[in-house]
Amino acid sequence: MNAMQTPVARHALDAAVLKPRIAATGVQVHYGTNHALKDVNVDILDRTTTAFIGPSGCGKSTFLRCLNRMNDTVASARVTGRILLDGEDIYDKRVDPVQLRAKVGMVFQKPNPFPKSIYDNVAYGPRIHGLTRSRAELDEVVERSLTRAALWNEVKDRLDAPGTGLSGGQQQRLCIARAVATSPEVLLMDEPCSALDPIATAQVEALIDELREHVSIVIVTHSMQQAARVSQRTAFFHLGNLVEYGETTQIFTNPQDPRTESYITGRIG
Amino acid sequence: MTDLSAQTGAFAGSGQSLLTPSARMKRRNAAEARFRLYGVVAILIALATLAIMLFTILRDGVSAFAQARLTFPMELSAEVLDPKGNRLRDEMSKVTTIGYAKVLSAALVAELDRRGIAEEGVSEKQIGELISKDAAGQLRAEVLADPAMIGTTINAEILAAGRIDGYLKGRVTLDSAELDSNITPGQLRLAEQLRQAGMLTTGWNWGFFTNPDASDQRPEAAGLGVALLGSAYMMVLVLVMCVPVGVAASIWLEEFAPKNRWTDAIEVNISNLAAVPSIVFGILGLAIFINFAGLPQSSSLVGALVISLMTLPTIIIATRAAIRAVPPSIRDAALGIGASKMQTVFHHVLPLAMPGILTGTILGLASALGETAPLLLIGMVAFVDNYPAPPPEGFLDPATALPVQVYSWASRADPAFIERSNGAIIVLLVFLVIMNVAAILLRRRFERRW
Repeated sequence: MNAMQTPVARHALDAAVLKPRIAATGVQVHYGTNHALKDVNVDILDRTTTAFIGPSGCGKSTFLRCLNRMNDTVASARVTGRILLDGEDIYDKRVDPVQLRAKVGMVFQKPNPFPKSIYDNVAYGPRIHGLTRSRAELDEVVERSLTRAALWNEVKDRLDAPGTGLSGGQQQRLCIARAVATSPEVLLMDEPCSALDPIATAQVEALIDELREHVSIVIVTHSMQQAARVSQRTAFFHLGNLVEYGETTQIFTNPQDPRTESYITGRIG
Repeated sequence: MTDLSAQTGAFAGSGQSLLTPSARMKRRNAAEARFRLYGVVAILIALATLAIMLFTILRDGVSAFAQARLTFPMELSAEVLDPKGNRLRDEMSKVTTIGYAKVLSAALVAELDRRGIAEEGVSEKQIGELISKDAAGQLRAEVLADPAMIGTTINAEILAAGRIDGYLKGRVTLDSAELDSNITPGQLRLAEQLRQAGMLTTGWNWGFFTNPDASDQRPEAAGLGVALLGSAYMMVLVLVMCVPVGVAASIWLEEFAPKNRWTDAIEVNISNLAAVPSIVFGILGLAIFINFAGLPQSSSLVGALVISLMTLPTIIIATRAAIRAVPPSIRDAALGIGASKMQTVFHHVLPLAMPGILTGTILGLASALGETAPLLLIGMVAFVDNYPAPPPEGFLDPATALPVQVYSWASRADPAFIERSNGAIIVLLVFLVIMNVAAILLRRRFERRW
């Protein structure tokens, strides 16, 4: 438990001044007849890493996918409740999910670079959203994104090489670079390290900590150690309920709910 | 603990050595060996059937690619061919093929006289019968195209009659000629003398690919020209009609369609369409495209429309499989950075599915190329000896198709047509092999792994 004290302690100072980026109230999700998420209320703070933990099937990924409306692609999913991004309801009829997803980027469990060149992978988002006016500007965005994803030095000489030819950890960082290239305000990560080895995991975790300077990050993870290492706030989901949400330190050292305590001590989950 | 020791004791007590297989093990191994044998036998039977089929086709068909020709000098006399002497096409065309036939026949008789080749009991008329009935028409067309030939003496290669061709290929013998009203043994003996004199030779048969079909009396002139053109026209039309419609339908069904009773019904119907007997499509084409829509019968357009109906399900099924094979993670990735559904499909899914779509399309076209039954019903089995015009008007002209030509030649009486029918099968098979190999190469070339 000592290892996690430092980042959390550092964050504890900021917490008071940070405003909520996303405010979710009364979110319910049904998949057909299955009530997958029950009345979830969460505030995601600006420039903070928020971890969602909980056993498999607890609804943490479902909730994550509500935040950029990726659940829209699942025909049977029905979402109710309010999710405000900077005060605007993202489930409002006038909101185009395509535009929303440029502001709320996503990194997936399995690294999924496009089978195109490294450059094209990163440039794809800015291109389709028309974020750049010239090739030079696009080059700059690609370089900046790859640098922020801590990948630039490894790939700067082979931007034309296929993205699928990189190692697993590099591919995941490429996906992160691709996600940050559209300058999102929130970055959602769905178990981004579960397919990576420990070294690549450490690189991605270090990256998450740096990215937090610019965006708020929501990460779903199976690893409690990872949640403790990278996050400042933690939400514990169980059977579709948000059981407990608070400062990571508090969740891991002084959980209020007996279910949280059982989970973090390994008795359930 | 007592349980455990009892168990191990029982185990040790079974007395079964690993070095000698148990009776049960032997039975299992024997069953496996039998199963493998069945598989090998099945493959061998399939290969043997294929080998026999190819052997008979090649045995009967290869000779269609060679053709007997007579070579002799021939004076194109101006008095006969251009009586007015002004070399005007209109005037010259008053000399009919009969006139040219006389010229040919006389030239051959004269050459035989000069060389001193003669056969007892073979009249001058019978000598003339060694020449194909089609040769006069071909010569006339050549002379009308180039009037400067008149008055010269050409060393012409003239198509020999079908029976003479058959004699050189071993199909016609002196014995069979006894019973044949079209040829006498004397004529064959004369042909043998001509062959020894070098006047009668067998060479590569370009006419087989370029000539139109020919009547029963002149199998030696029959060729695949119209059938090849008709098949080519149909393939182009099928490609143009099927690929856009099929790919669009597949994309909609896979990526956009809601999953409900209507789309389920559509899917079931598409699968069922692929299983509808082709003759039914022929009836449908006859009723709708010819009788109702009034399109000209025997035309490649109607043929292509009917075959499109049959090929569409194949292309849709292959395309949907290719689209489904694109991993969902790619769609997630594109949607996750804010690509619209359409951008996701056209930027990512479709390029990745393209090899599968191409393969499916080529295989669909290959089966369309060999489709016969529906074409019979819409009149493409007709005897067509005029080439269809160049496209697009030619799409409405009567034409035949390769497999239909195989069918119509196979039903003619003269064995010379059977030879050509087998030859046409070889041509068809060559095209099918080329298309299948292209499909395999494309798949290899563009295959991606994730």
